[in-house]
Amino acid sequence: MGAIITLSLLGILVLYLGLYKAKSLLLPVTMLGLLLALGFEIAAWNTGEAPIYNGMVLFDNFALAFSIVCIFITGLVLLLSKEYFSSISKNVAEYYCLILFSLSGALMVCSYHNFAMLFVGIEVMSVALYILVGIRKSDFSSNEAALKYFLMGAFSTGFLLFGITLLYGATGTFDITGVKNYLLSNPTTISPLFYGGILLLLVGLLFKIGAAPFHFWTPDVYDGAPILITTYMSTVVKVASFAGFIKLFSYVFAPLQDFWTPVLLVIIVVTLFIGNITAMKQTSFKRMLAYSSISHAGYMLFAIISLGANANSSILVYGLAYSLASVAAFAGLILVKRSHGSDQFIAFDGLGKTNPLLALVITVAMLSLAGIPLTAGFIGKFMLFSGAMADYHVILLVMAVINAAIGIFYYLRVVVHMYFYPSTVGQDTLVVPVSFNVVLIITLLLTVLVGVYPNCIISLL
Amino acid sequence: MNNLFILLLLPVASAILLAFAKSSSTAKWIALVLSLVQVALTIPFLCAFIPDASVQFEQSFEWISSLNIRFHVGLDGISLPLVLLTNGLFPLIILSTFSRDYKHSFYALASFMQFGLLLVFTALDAFTFYVGWEAALIPIYFICALWGEGDRIRVNLKFFIYTFFGSLLMLIAILYLAQQTPNKDFEWASFAALEIGENAQRWLFWAFFIAFAIKIPVFPFHTWQPDTYTNAPTAGTMLLAGIMLKMGTYGVIRWLIPVIPFGTSVYGTVALVLCIIGIVYASIIAFKQQNAKRLIAYSSIAHVGLITAGIFAWNQDGLQGALLQMVNHGISVIGLFLVLDIIKSRTSTLNLSELGGLAYNMPKLAVFFVIIMMGAVGLPLTNGFVGEFLLLKSLYSIDIWYAVFAGLTLIFGAVYMLRLFQKSMLGVLDSKYVNVYDVRGTEIIVLSIVSALIILLGIFPNELLKLSEASVNQLIQSIKF
Repeated sequence: MGAIITLSLLGILVLYLGLYKAKSLLLPVTMLGLLLALGFEIAAWNTGEAPIYNGMVLFDNFALAFSIVCIFITGLVLLLSKEYFSSISKNVAEYYCLILFSLSGALMVCSYHNFAMLFVGIEVMSVALYILVGIRKSDFSSNEAALKYFLMGAFSTGFLLFGITLLYGATGTFDITGVKNYLLSNPTTISPLFYGGILLLLVGLLFKIGAAPFHFWTPDVYDGAPILITTYMSTVVKVASFAGFIKLFSYVFAPLQDFWTPVLLVIIVVTLFIGNITAMKQTSFKRMLAYSSISHAGYMLFAIISLGANANSSILVYGLAYSLASVAAFAGLILVKRSHGSDQFIAFDGLGKTNPLLALVITVAMLSLAGIPLTAGFIGKFMLFSGAMADYHVILLVMAVINAAIGIFYYLRVVVHMYFYPSTVGQDTLVVPVSFNVVLIITLLLTVLVGVYPNCIISLL
Repeated sequence: MNNLFILLLLPVASAILLAFAKSSSTAKWIALVLSLVQVALTIPFLCAFIPDASVQFEQSFEWISSLNIRFHVGLDGISLPLVLLTNGLFPLIILSTFSRDYKHSFYALASFMQFGLLLVFTALDAFTFYVGWEAALIPIYFICALWGEGDRIRVNLKFFIYTFFGSLLMLIAILYLAQQTPNKDFEWASFAALEIGENAQRWLFWAFFIAFAIKIPVFPFHTWQPDTYTNAPTAGTMLLAGIMLKMGTYGVIRWLIPVIPFGTSVYGTVALVLCIIGIVYASIIAFKQQNAKRLIAYSSIAHVGLITAGIFAWNQDGLQGALLQMVNHGISVIGLFLVLDIIKSRTSTLNLSELGGLAYNMPKLAVFFVIIMMGAVGLPLTNGFVGEFLLLKSLYSIDIWYAVFAGLTLIFGAVYMLRLFQKSMLGVLDSKYVNVYDVRGTEIIVLSIVSALIILLGIFPNELLKLSEASVNQLIQSIKF
């Protein structure tokens, strides 16, 4: 709880700092606040067994682990922000404040124990994002993205809320343990309202994670939003949404697995193919990452259909691996775009020669996203696949394998451009600031560390 | 000093060190010295190895505890020859690059690949095996695509996706097998002890076989190979043909047949026939080639086809012949590619119609070429003879027609190799090539070592055969179809 309060207060503090024109203090104060929040979370490790505040939130190790990942990734994203925000807007404080508010929403989604808190968390997380996506007021694509995201988001929130209402109608409680007990005590006489509620909740959550066929907003929004906001959305928001998703389905709806598994199976296969095949056709690195994020949502859904002993830790590892790789890739994109003015693949030409470290980090990130051994992404995929194998979803795995092979095609494309094509812009103008170097090296080391010795993460849950 | 872990760790350490090397000339020397250290570290294993059927020098650490994955490596008579091959060939490959222009990153990638290869050959845990399998693929992709020529980007992407898809199929099979084991672990021993249902074995066989067949490559999964070999830099081709394809044949011996005996008994004949079709098919195509490197690439398909056929014959001669021939093929093919590389560096072409009469100016090269060619063709008193003899004998013991068709590889091999020699070395010397100079420096060293090994293994194959005898025998006794 300390972390959520800290982050909310920090947001307000940052807003005041902006008001008093203390721009140089923004980043240090925010980072200190994040460290403090991280400290609160670590201090609470192994202490939360029972839900607190009338059963509203539960800070068990599951919630804490996901919260720590969210805070950590946000820290990395903000480290990249030093010159980025000031280059696109005058009011830098807004960014920090909105991201912090959104983060506190994400933490609520990780730790809810009541449907009301789930809803509040998702809304706090999203409303801040609607503004962030459209924060470049004069930019046409940013405006389009914001409008699309807002309309779609509002729509999905409606579904979510309607689903929660139906569940309440069937069970008479918002408490997730209460709903679970209802299921356990009436295994045969479950109200039809309940089934409808599950489906509507599923639609709402699938919207948030960007799974097909509810993915149409993702490419345009990810493409139109400022790159750092895209980074934040495709990492922290996705990890938090998945934490909320798996908690709901593994803890509450697990007894009805036979009902929702077929639905999810279809959704996974469609998501994988749509994400991968469209990603293959992109010429822009940013849009490629947007579509590939759809396919990663498909892989992460594997954990929800298998719900084995390792489901939680596999989502954690996969989410962390995916977030680290995305942060590295987007950091590279920011630098390339700043010097070449383009986010197409050809802008990466010759990067392997002109900037070996950056090229190496992007390469490892791509290999991790593609799931090559000795990177974190492989461990994540391996755990998800072995979970799916425990339920003998062999056909599903074959589909996943075909998609992983397709994935190689577009992940390697940027590597090919970096190493095998000569640089197009004669003298290189790409300057890597220190903060970027720090982030790049942290992501590289963690990706390899988790890839080589995954026990350090898996044993947490 | 016979800790297998150190043997595996040194290439990784070399790779990291070499990645930070300042200039390519120092990197060359560091790489050479470290690969020689690796050879020195291998010798204690050879001396301390007891040629019985047991697994020796085992190292086992907990890796991912919640999934029961262990880092488990060890050596027996089947993996030792391949470890020797890998560590023995590496200094030669590095030495052969001395007169060429490679950057320090090449040596770093090659060392990392060595780690992957050794991991594959020593792994006793399926997860460890898979990690090594992929860890060897990434560096060779970069080596071939960075220093290759021609249509290298498209060709290597095809190679990568092809093999990656194969390995993912294997991954599914591994996950399925691990699910069947009592402790849900990935140990080779528990895989081999499994009794899997017949229907499952049918698809498991293909999942493993396709992965290995792409790597070897077995007809009709070979389509990536000629292009990749032809466009790769010579050192990359040496790594691919000399060592990497043995991962596939080793995989068949270690992971396919012992784990999936019923599947093998059903489809093993199909695989054997595919191998033999590949032998005849690749030999005929090799005969038609104008590009010398492409010719060797096709001849390589024929040779490994014979090796794989011998493995699927599954008897003492077949397996021992296959192991011996894996080593022999590695040595010969490295020699052949080096000879071609030398010719190309002097004449800047490998087109047979443009070459001719080089023996006038390059008498030493001609001598080395003859010795290496005799080894590749399988003439008595060279290394190729013993291996091919054992392989054909094993095929003969199953069915004479297998042996007849597989035996064509010897005849065809002699024809296209002699044609290669004749077109390049003999005939009239073109006036363009009057000034070409003979082999010198490091080239002589590498070619002499290769030629010496070819003759030495041809006369004393027993030392190598003894290493694998007991292990092969035990493996064959334990798996009966």
